[in-house]
Amino acid sequence: MSAGTFRRHLTSRVMTALVVVLAFTAVLALVLILGDLIAKGASSIDWAFFTKSPVPAGESGGGVANAIVGTFIVVGLAALIGVPVGVGAGMYLAEYGSGRLGFLVRFVADVLNGTPSIVIGIVAWTFMVKPAGRFSALAGSVALAILMIPMLARTTEEMVRLVPHSLREAALALGYPRWRTSLKIVGRTALTGIVTGCLVGIARVAGETAPLLFTALGNLNFSVAVNHPMQTLSLQIYVYATGPFDEWHRMAWASALVLMGLVLIISLTARWVTRQRYGSVR
Amino acid sequence: MVASANARLRLETVNLTALFGQHRAVREVSLLFPAHTVTAIIGPSGCGKSTLLRCLNRMHELTPEATVMGEVLLDDLNIYGGDVNPVELRRRIGMVFQRPTPFPTMSIYDNVGAGLRVNGRRTRREMDEAVERALQQAALWDEVKDRLQASALALSGGQQQRLCIARAVAPQPEILLLDEPTASLDPAGTQRIEELCHDLKRLYTIVIVTHNMQQAARVSDYTAFMYLGSLIEVGRTNDIFTKPQVEQTEAYITGRFG
Amino acid sequence: MTDTFPAPMTTLPIEPLPPPPPDEPSADPRWQTLRSLNRSDRIYQRVLTGFALALPFLILVILGVLFVNSLPALKRFGPSFVWTSTWDPVAEVYGAAPMIFGTLASSFLALLIAVPLALGVAIFLTEFAPRWLRQPVAFLVELLAAIPSVVYGLWGIFVLIPFLRSYVVPPLKAVFGWTPFFQGVFYGNSLLAGGIILAIMIVPYIAAVSREVLLAVPTSQREAALAMGATRWEAVRSAVLPYGRAGLIGAIILGLGRALGETMAVTMVIGNRHDIGVSVFLPAYTMAAAIANEFSEATTNMYLSALFEVGLILFVLTVVVNAVARILIWRVARGAAVGSKAL
Repeated sequence: MSAGTFRRHLTSRVMTALVVVLAFTAVLALVLILGDLIAKGASSIDWAFFTKSPVPAGESGGGVANAIVGTFIVVGLAALIGVPVGVGAGMYLAEYGSGRLGFLVRFVADVLNGTPSIVIGIVAWTFMVKPAGRFSALAGSVALAILMIPMLARTTEEMVRLVPHSLREAALALGYPRWRTSLKIVGRTALTGIVTGCLVGIARVAGETAPLLFTALGNLNFSVAVNHPMQTLSLQIYVYATGPFDEWHRMAWASALVLMGLVLIISLTARWVTRQRYGSVR
Repeated sequence: MVASANARLRLETVNLTALFGQHRAVREVSLLFPAHTVTAIIGPSGCGKSTLLRCLNRMHELTPEATVMGEVLLDDLNIYGGDVNPVELRRRIGMVFQRPTPFPTMSIYDNVGAGLRVNGRRTRREMDEAVERALQQAALWDEVKDRLQASALALSGGQQQRLCIARAVAPQPEILLLDEPTASLDPAGTQRIEELCHDLKRLYTIVIVTHNMQQAARVSDYTAFMYLGSLIEVGRTNDIFTKPQVEQTEAYITGRFG
Repeated sequence: MTDTFPAPMTTLPIEPLPPPPPDEPSADPRWQTLRSLNRSDRIYQRVLTGFALALPFLILVILGVLFVNSLPALKRFGPSFVWTSTWDPVAEVYGAAPMIFGTLASSFLALLIAVPLALGVAIFLTEFAPRWLRQPVAFLVELLAAIPSVVYGLWGIFVLIPFLRSYVVPPLKAVFGWTPFFQGVFYGNSLLAGGIILAIMIVPYIAAVSREVLLAVPTSQREAALAMGATRWEAVRSAVLPYGRAGLIGAIILGLGRALGETMAVTMVIGNRHDIGVSVFLPAYTMAAAIANEFSEATTNMYLSALFEVGLILFVLTVVVNAVARILIWRVARGAAVGSKAL
């Protein structure tokens, strides 16, 4: 082997090693963060943590029941609004989206996907909170729904496009009208993928804090009224982490662990759903 | 709801021209498909035979920028007339494609019944009878009668194609269009489907597109040879293959091109 | 049954049969359903179009609300809003220069750290990783993207900042303390902390999009290079990277877009000070953090309007950056919903 070739192979090996090191550094960060979550948060989690609401500042005990329930309500409502519109827009893009309107909608969706969530929050404040004169869980849900819609539109479109054209043709040749082909044949075949996309969107939105700061606001008491302020796990973490009490900091870690667990469960469910049906399309 | 009233039904194209934008894929073809016969359309790749087939059930126009000139008469009714609903028309004409396309989320039973569901409500018993009849016609009943609720994807390629045939005949159409139905099958599967054609022509008028000349010779009563969009020659299969009238036909049949 | 066939290729024009008169009811009742079927198709299309129109509607609403609410501040301060450093709610003088500086500086710092890491991950996953390792590592990186911003902030306050204070700042000061970037006292909340946390947050995003870009490069490119005797690394550097270069730059710019808008983690560690400082040890501010911090305290109309104007500037900035990124990526990946999983 000549000197030049040796050097080239050495460079290749060095660069490969460098790439591997960089990749594992990135993964290391994740491991550290998750590890800290578990280490610092797990010890604070007990039954009371899940069932009680916060106690007055400085006292010990209490839990985040209000935040857990609040998260489910706010995110659930957001899904109720966001899923039909987002999936509907996605179906439009897949079925009729090859023209100019389709191009515009697609472009807008991509742009909206990159909009800072705090901006969405203050916009939602303007037409949901300011006219009503009060903060509400509903306002928070609307803000989260605005985040979800462009996300779901793009993933739905992608999933529906995966359905082979031959299936569509077979249905049309049987005398299925276009709407029925789209809904019952194409939509049903892509359903697993669409559901996965929705779950991923929901998981992402469940962790959001910024758009809720001025809409749902937060609530230290247990409440399920959607037209009043409501607490979520993300808001709770923010208040506790930036507060002055050690007790609060401890609770912040525990809440973060619970939130992360929730996000993980939803994400893993999404993956599991896809795995189940993986062999069936195509 | 049954096709028996149309025993004399004929399918006929009159000066049919099919275009993709400006390109003419089918040029002024006039062809008659008599009732209860099998007509094979043969020709080299790109000669327009599949396009012609797709004009017969108005599938051609589903492609963007695809247009049609001329007429297709289904027993004297022009299917391209202003009053005809293509969706309704396609329920009277069944089609089977090159690759088997069972609906992946449905069972065997539901696949066969898929064409029936769009055609009006039926009782459970009517559905059961229709599904069994269709599967019998497709020579698949014995193989699947015990597992009708199983996923359609559990079947082999040949079985899936017969399933597609069952699905196509379940609504009892008048015409059956087969677009290279055995192209993706092994010889055993191919043979079974060719046998089916003999049986099915008692009930339906069949048009089969194939690039396999031997298949055309085995299966059809009449053969039409197309080249570059034009109909070159048509006649009884025996005549076409033993004494073709046109030089190009003879060249294709003897394998000199295509 | 007649066996006559028309001569092939008749050129005689044939009179078309007269169409049946449209008002005459057809004998076959099935034909009468034809009109309702077409109506169902039209309804379906209209409903879907309605949903789709929600998107342009939303973006117009966002733009409209931001603009209308910023009008008072726009009229009062004009373009000087962008370069004035004073932010005084009492005197009602607002200048967003420190926030804009902090946004750009923290994002730039984040990119500096994140790009090598993210590209490393992407190249590792597409080129060098053994097959069995790909899915787990990809999953782990996706998981990084799933961690909520506020959790990053929490980790930043209680783990990262103490770590920086003890193990990172002293060596940095020792080696680079003579440059203006590493001077001053490090109290914890700082541009440095903000930049690092942002970097960790955008790595999975850039990595995911880069990976999709690299996967879109046809294998023939790699194989051609390898067939000519290139080493693994040379094949990547000369065949794959140049082909995907536009897309990779797009991925980086997408990451930038994300970093610009990050709120919670940043506001928890950056210090929230209206100051322009060159040293990364000093506290700073970003537009998103300012809005998050001060919106609920904005008691006067002008204060609120100033914050809305900050939001408007942030929105326009991220829209432009994202549009540029999308155009670059689209050139490589042709309209696929790239990055939709990492989001």
